[in-house]
This record gives sequence, structure tokens and C-alpha cells, in this order.
Amino acid sequence: MTAKSDLTLTVNGERHAIRVEPRRTLADALREDCGLTGTHLGCEHGVCGACTVLVDGEPVRSCLMFAVQAAGKDIRTVEGLAPRGSLHPLQQAFIDHHGLQCGFCTPGFLMLAAGVLAGQPDISDDELLDVLSSNLCRCTGYENIVKAVRAAADKMRPAR
Amino acid sequence: MKPAPFTYHAPTTVDAALAVLAEVGPQDGRVLAGGQSLLPTMAFRLARPAHLVDINGIAALSDMRNEAGELAIGACVRHAAFHRPVSDGPLGKLLSAVVRHIAHYPIRVRGTFCGSLAHADPASEWALVAATLGATVVARSRNGTRKIASDRYFKGPLMTDLKSDELLAEARLPLLPGDTRLGFYEFSRRAGDYAIAMSLATFRVRDGRIVEPRIGVGGAEGVPRRILAAEQALAGQTPTENAFGGAADAAAAAVDPMEDAQASAGYRRDLVRTVVHRALRQAAL
Repeated sequence: MTAKSDLTLTVNGERHAIRVEPRRTLADALREDCGLTGTHLGCEHGVCGACTVLVDGEPVRSCLMFAVQAAGKDIRTVEGLAPRGSLHPLQQAFIDHHGLQCGFCTPGFLMLAAGVLAGQPDISDDELLDVLSSNLCRCTGYENIVKAVRAAADKMRPAR
Repeated sequence: MKPAPFTYHAPTTVDAALAVLAEVGPQDGRVLAGGQSLLPTMAFRLARPAHLVDINGIAALSDMRNEAGELAIGACVRHAAFHRPVSDGPLGKLLSAVVRHIAHYPIRVRGTFCGSLAHADPASEWALVAATLGATVVARSRNGTRKIASDRYFKGPLMTDLKSDELLAEARLPLLPGDTRLGFYEFSRRAGDYAIAMSLATFRVRDGRIVEPRIGVGGAEGVPRRILAAEQALAGQTPTENAFGGAADAAAAAVDPMEDAQASAGYRRDLVRTVVHRALRQAAL
């Protein structure tokens, strides 16, 4: 149906009942219908990665997925990264290593890194560089983003 | 940058999908698999399908299995499934080497192998793999099942033999003999970008001589294909720099390169020589 339909998105553990057209992208639904504007929209055609969120634990570009396709899935956005009043190790590392300037790309980088590190806590430097090449940043020159994610990965790795 | 309106269908079985496609396929209906090429074209409104048939809810299409000497890849198997080798032997190794050249990690989480074949971008890595190894495309519709050989499947840039009511249900790749040598080389301007030219080369060595050479070129012409002149130049030779250079020259002479904003035909021809040579060198390692 081109008509609007009712669906429920589960974002950061909270249920959002929304009414959208099938053509509504997940990115627009998060921002416009759920009121979660932490997810940023840059290019709207899957190049910049600013809109990266986690769907069932994997980083995806929320501008390249329709909201209706995300119903029933576990969606994580930057708003859910840290419990109230504290910072996620990735967020703290971005501050410590100057991994951002304007901050527009940051939510996308954080979710990309959070998703990949959860699956590959021991990721190699080469693989990490390949992963971080997914997203665009026009301020930092990337070096400090790589340093920040590397530092966070070392801190997040479970002790053994 | 917002897609035009469309009617959304989400069948949960293959039969239901084929029934919907029989109805809406001829009315500008399109299959939605990973959507990583379709959604950008819809965002630009280069594509304005009237209907989308979303096959992501059909569990049976996520199957991947070795069967009768082939790797059968279901329509919803994602690129990311190939990050680790999916089978012992050269084919699994080849697919995990090639997948790293496909766009970026989050795209590989959603995009599908079969979707790449259905989209048939000239710069598709999977299309080059299918054309070089001689894949079989399994197309299903309410009228039955067709098996299409890769050399008859690709018709032109973004054009295939698929009919509007057909679902590309599965792609089948031949498992390669254990001693198959493999090389893949792609040239693009940035990591994850579209290939301007790329080559996949495979061969075996018998008594010091190259046998069963396959040399595929993608990104340079409208359709990925094997370059028979280059294969002929290589067959029966010893695997040396000299033989590889000869095959690379033959490939460069045989192609009819595309010209676009990225590269002139002459530049692409030079790149074909280089990528074929480097793929062969890698295969010899």
C-alpha cells in the first residue's frame, strides 16, 4: 500500500508506535516520527555514513532501508549508546583523542565502531582502517578517529 | 532526495512472492533485496517503481549450500556472509578476497550477492565472478524455473535476461578444483569505490604448463566477460612474467572500453592491461 501503515519500531529498547508511508526511510522515521535526531542525515544516498545505526547488532545505513523493514528488529541509535549521565568508552575516546570537530559525522562513526567492535573486539589495525573508511568526515582527516576507536577498543576488550 | 511513492508487498514465502510478481512485475514492479543500489537510485528518482516486492521476509532465500559440485547462493545471502571463507578450497578463499572490494562494511551487511547479479552494474565484482567462473542463474516465476548460463544472462549495463515476473532465486557457482590458482585485481579511485577496471584470473598448472585458463574483465566494458584471446595467449605457456604480459596485451587489444566522466576509453584499455597482468601475477604466487 502507498497509504500510511501502522508499525512499531523498537529503538534503544523503547517501543515507538508510528504511522508512515512505505517510502519513509528508517533514517527519516527515526528523526521525524520517533523524535530521535541524534541520527544525522548527510547525503541521503548511502555514501557518507552519517546515518549509520545498528539493526539487530549490525551497522547499517538507515537511509538505505525503509522504516517498514525495521519493524520488529532491535534498533540502536547514538541516543542509546550510554546510560544517562555517563559516556560510552567510544564517546570518551573521541573527546580524548580529538576525534571530532563539527560533530556532524560523529553519531555515524560511533555506531559503526560500536557495531563492529561488538562483533570483533580483537580487530586488527588493517581491518579497523577498512571499516572506518566506510564513513566520511570533513574535519578531522580521520587520523584522530582511528586513534580514538583504537583506544576505545583496547579499553572495551574484556580482560582475560 | 526522497523516494517516490510505491505500493509495498512483503510476501513470506517464495510462492507468494512469485504470485505477487506475476501480477505487479509487468506494472513496473521491482524486487527489493538488500536495496543498497535500488534505494540510492530511488532517492535520486532515477528509479520510480510502482511496486516493491520485499523478499527479506522469506527465510528460505537466505540459504547457502554446497550441492553437486556447486555453491548455491540464495537470493537473500548478504555480501557479509563471504567475509570468512564459506567453503574449504579455492572458491571460498576467492569470494572472501573479492568481497573486501565491494563498497563498505555497512553496505555489505545489507546488500546481497544475487541482488548484484540482478542489478548488473558493469562494475559489480560479483557479476565479474559469475561471468568468469561460469555461474548459473536460477530464475523462478509462476510459470516455472529457468536456469540461465552467465554468458547468456548479462545483456548490457544494468540489463539482464530476467523477465519482469521472474525472481532471481539463486545463483550457482562451480566449486573449483583444489589446485586452482586465483588472482583478483581491481582499480578504483578510492577504497570501496566502483571499479574502473578489474580482472579475475584462474588457471591450473600441469607439467609446468598453464591449463584451463580463465581471464575475466569487469568495469571496462558494459558487461563483464571472459576474454578468450587472452586465455588463448596463456594456455600451454609456462607461468612466467612473459606469458602474463602477453595475455595482458591480448586482453587490452580485445576489449571495447566504455568512456565516461571517470575515464577515457584509452585509459581504461591501459588499465585492462594492468589489472589482467596483476591478477595473473597474484594467481602465480
